[in-house]
Amino acid sequence: MSVIGSTAMRFDEEQSMLLDYARSFCADRGGLNAAREHLETPLEYSPGVWDEMVAMGWTGIGLPEELGGSGLSIGAAVPVAESLGKALMGTPLLSTLLAAQLLLRADSKAAAEVLEGIAGGDAACVAELESEDWSALPRTTVIDDAGMLQGQKRLVMDATSARWIVVTAVAGADTALAVLDATTLDDDAINPRVLIDNTHRAADITFNGVTPLAVISGASVLAALRDYRLLGALLVAAESTGAAAACLDVTVDYLKTRKQFGKLIGSYQALKHPSVDMLTMMDSARSFVYHASSLLGSEPLDKDQEVACRMAKAQATDALKFAGDRAVQFHGGMGFTWDCDAQLFIRRAQGAQQQFGDAQHHRQRLAALLLDD
Amino acid sequence: MNAAVKELEDFRREVASWLKANKPADPGFLLPQTFMEVGSEEQLEFLREWQHKVWSAGYLGMAWAKEHGGQGVDAIYQSVVDQEMRRQAVPICFNVIGLGWAGPLINDIGTEEEKQRYLKGILSAEDIWCQGFSEPDHGSDLGNARTRAERDGDDYVINGSKIWTTMGNYAKYMILLARTNPEAERKYDGLSFFLAPMTVDGVSTRPIRKLTGEYGFTETFFDNARIPADCLMGGEGAGWKIAMKTLQYERGAEAGAAGGLAFVRIVIDDLIQQLRDVTRDGKPVLEDPLIRDQLVSLIMEEKAISLGDRRSGIPALTSDYPMSLPLSNKLRWTEYARRMRQFAINAQGADGALFVGDDRAREGGFWQRAYLNSFSATIGGGTSQVQANIVAEHVLGLPK
Ligand SMILES: Cc1cc2nc3c(=O)[nH]c(=O)nc-3n(C[C@H](O)[C@H](O)[C@H](O)COP(=O)(O)OP(=O)(O)OC[C@H]3O[C@@H](n4cnc5c(N)ncnc54)[C@H](O)[C@@H]3O)c2cc1C
Repeated sequence: MSVIGSTAMRFDEEQSMLLDYARSFCADRGGLNAAREHLETPLEYSPGVWDEMVAMGWTGIGLPEELGGSGLSIGAAVPVAESLGKALMGTPLLSTLLAAQLLLRADSKAAAEVLEGIAGGDAACVAELESEDWSALPRTTVIDDAGMLQGQKRLVMDATSARWIVVTAVAGADTALAVLDATTLDDDAINPRVLIDNTHRAADITFNGVTPLAVISGASVLAALRDYRLLGALLVAAESTGAAAACLDVTVDYLKTRKQFGKLIGSYQALKHPSVDMLTMMDSARSFVYHASSLLGSEPLDKDQEVACRMAKAQATDALKFAGDRAVQFHGGMGFTWDCDAQLFIRRAQGAQQQFGDAQHHRQRLAALLLDD
Repeated sequence: MNAAVKELEDFRREVASWLKANKPADPGFLLPQTFMEVGSEEQLEFLREWQHKVWSAGYLGMAWAKEHGGQGVDAIYQSVVDQEMRRQAVPICFNVIGLGWAGPLINDIGTEEEKQRYLKGILSAEDIWCQGFSEPDHGSDLGNARTRAERDGDDYVINGSKIWTTMGNYAKYMILLARTNPEAERKYDGLSFFLAPMTVDGVSTRPIRKLTGEYGFTETFFDNARIPADCLMGGEGAGWKIAMKTLQYERGAEAGAAGGLAFVRIVIDDLIQQLRDVTRDGKPVLEDPLIRDQLVSLIMEEKAISLGDRRSGIPALTSDYPMSLPLSNKLRWTEYARRMRQFAINAQGADGALFVGDDRAREGGFWQRAYLNSFSATIGGGTSQVQANIVAEHVLGLPK
C-alpha cells in the first residue's frame, strides 16, 4: 500500500450548487471593504448577514434532517468555508458548525434541543483551550460535586456572539462536555481578547459555578473531541485557502498596475516567480481540502480522513502565511501601512496558523500516521 | 458491471499477464530511467527490442489509426496499458520524441502522406526520432534560433548546429526548427519546421558526456546538408507555431501520445523503503524528527500533485485559474523529483558520498544517479524558470 493513500476527489451536483451560491453570496456581502468596516467593532460581521446565512440553511450543514439540518455531510461546509475566507468574512458560522459536530458526534440525543436551535440559526461555540498548548486536554475546568461548572477557558472563538457554549471539562475522572446557555453566564464572564487576526473575534470565559443545560460524558466524548479538532483543522484550512486566493488576487492586481524603473513591477522575475509559488501552494491547499471534503461522512473519522484533514491544515495555513508575507513585501512602503489590504491577510494568516494546531504540529502527527506501523 | 467496464477490466487483465510473461529479464547493465539517458548501443538495442515487442503485441499506439500502425481503439485502452506498465515497472518505451511529440504532431496536423511515411516506424521503434530545437547560443530563447534552411530547387540546404539533441546519434529523423527567412520583420516569422532525415550527407553528431559520466545527447552539425523540400511541415514561416504546439505535448499540457512508459517514476515509497535501514545517531533515520518533518512535507507535495491531477478534471474546482494545474504540472513534478532525490542522498549519511561503481554505494548508487539525472527534466523541455514565467504570464496574467 502506498504511503500516499487515498486520492479520491468527488464533487456532486449539490455541492456544486452550494459552491456557486456561497461564492456569489460571500463576494457580494463580504470583501475587503466590508471586512474593514468591522475591524474595530465588537462584532466582525453585520447581524443581517448572519440572518441571511441562516435563511439559506447554512447553520444546518452537517446536521441530519430530523434535527432540522440539511442532511448534507459536514464535508459540504468546505466550499462555504473557502468562500467565507476568500471574502475575508468573519462570522460565527464555522464555530457554530463545529460546535454542532462536537455535540452530534458525542451524544446527539442529550443535545437535541441545542442542535435544533443551531439548525434554526443560533450561533454556538466550543470553549476548549486552557493554556497556550492548544492540544492539551482540559485540566482546570471542572464540573464540581454540585454539578456546577468552575474554571476558565482561553481564546474561545466567537464567544461573544454565541447563544450556546460547549465547554470541555473534567468530571470526576472523565473528560466531559458541559453545554451552556450563554445567557446564564455572569455579566462579566466573557472578556474579549485583542487578536492579531483582526477580522475574527475570540474571548476568554470565566465560569463561577454555572449550571449546565446538559453534561455529556463517556467514551464518545473523547472520540467526538478528536473528530471535532480534525474537522476544525479542515474548515480553517478551507477558509485559509480562500484567503490565500484572495491575497494572491490583491497582490497580482498590484503587480499589474505599479510601475518602477519605467516597467510594471509584475514583469520582474523576483516578484513573478514567488507569485507562482503563492499560486502553486494555494493550488495544493485546494486539492487537499476538496480531497478531505470528498472523504467525509457522518461516521467517526478513519485514518484516511485524519490524514486528509491534517494535510489540508498544514498546507493551507502555510500557503496563507507565505501569501500574506509576500503580499506585504511586494506592496513596498504601501505594504507596511494599515490602509494596505496586505495587512488583513498576514494577520489572518498568523491567526489561522494557531487555530487547531499549526503546520508543524500536524506534520508531526502525520509522520506517526504515515511512517510508523 | 456494464459491458464497457467489463471489457476494460478484461483488457487490463490480459495486458497484465502479457507484461508479466514478456517483461525482459534484468540485462545486467544499468538501464536508463528516462529516454534522455540512453547512452550506449547495448541500452539502445535492448530498449528497441522491447518497444518493438510491445508494439507487435498490439499495446502501443492504441489510439492511432490502424492504417498507420496503431490499433484504432479508444485512448482509454492506452491508459490501461500505461498504468500496468508503471505498476509492473517494465523498461521504458524509449522512442519518446516520436511517440510523444513528433507522432502526435504528425497525427494532428500532418498530411496523409506524412502519416503513412512516419507513424508506423515510430511505433515499431524502427525509426528513432530526435528534436533539433536548442542551439548553442539559443536554448531558452528558442525564437532566436539561427540554423539556416535555404531553398535550392527541390531541396532545402541546412547549415548550422543544434545542441543537447537527445539520442541525436541514434536518430533517423529530427523535428527541426530552422530559419528560412533571416529578414523577416518578426524573428518568429522567419522560422520553419521540418521532419528532417538525419541520414543524409552533411549531418554529423558528437556525443556529449553528461554529469553522471554517461552519454545521452549530442551536438548536431549541419554542413550543407540537403534534405528534400517535402520535409517542410506546414509551409515556410509556420515553424514557431508548430514548435510551440510540440512543446505543449512535451510539457504535458496536451495529450495525443502513442503511449508507453516514457520514464520510470520514482515515488516517495521507494525512498521511505530506503530510509528504514539507514541510521542516524544510532537509530533508524526514519525516527529522526527533522527527517520526519521533511519527509512528510515531501509526501504531501507528491500527494498534492496527484490530487491536483484529479481536481483538474472537475471544472467547478478549478474555476479561479482553470489553466493553473495543467500549465504548472511539469514545473511541479520535476522540481519535486529533484528535491526528493536530493533528500534521499542526504539521508544516507556518509554513504551519500558514494556513487555508481562503488560496491558499497546503497542500491548501487541508484539515488545519486537519479538525483544527478533529475536535472534533465528541470532543464530540458524548458527550464523551471522559464516554466515559472509561462505560469506567471498565462495563468496570473503578469506582464512580460
Ligand atoms: C537532458 C537534456 C536533454 C535535452 N534534450 C533536448 C533535445 O532533445 N532537443 C533540444 O532541442 N533540446 C534539448 N535540451 C535542451 C533544453 O531544452 C535546453 O537546455 C533548455 O531549454 C535551456 O536552454 P539553455 O541550455 O540554452 O540554457 P539557457 O537558456 O542559457 O539558461 C541558463 C539559465 O538561465 C535561465 N534563464 C534563461 N532564460 C531565462 C528567462 N527568460 N527567465 C529566467 N531565467 C532564464 C535558465 O533557467 C537557466 O537557469 C535538452 C536539455 C537537457 C538538459
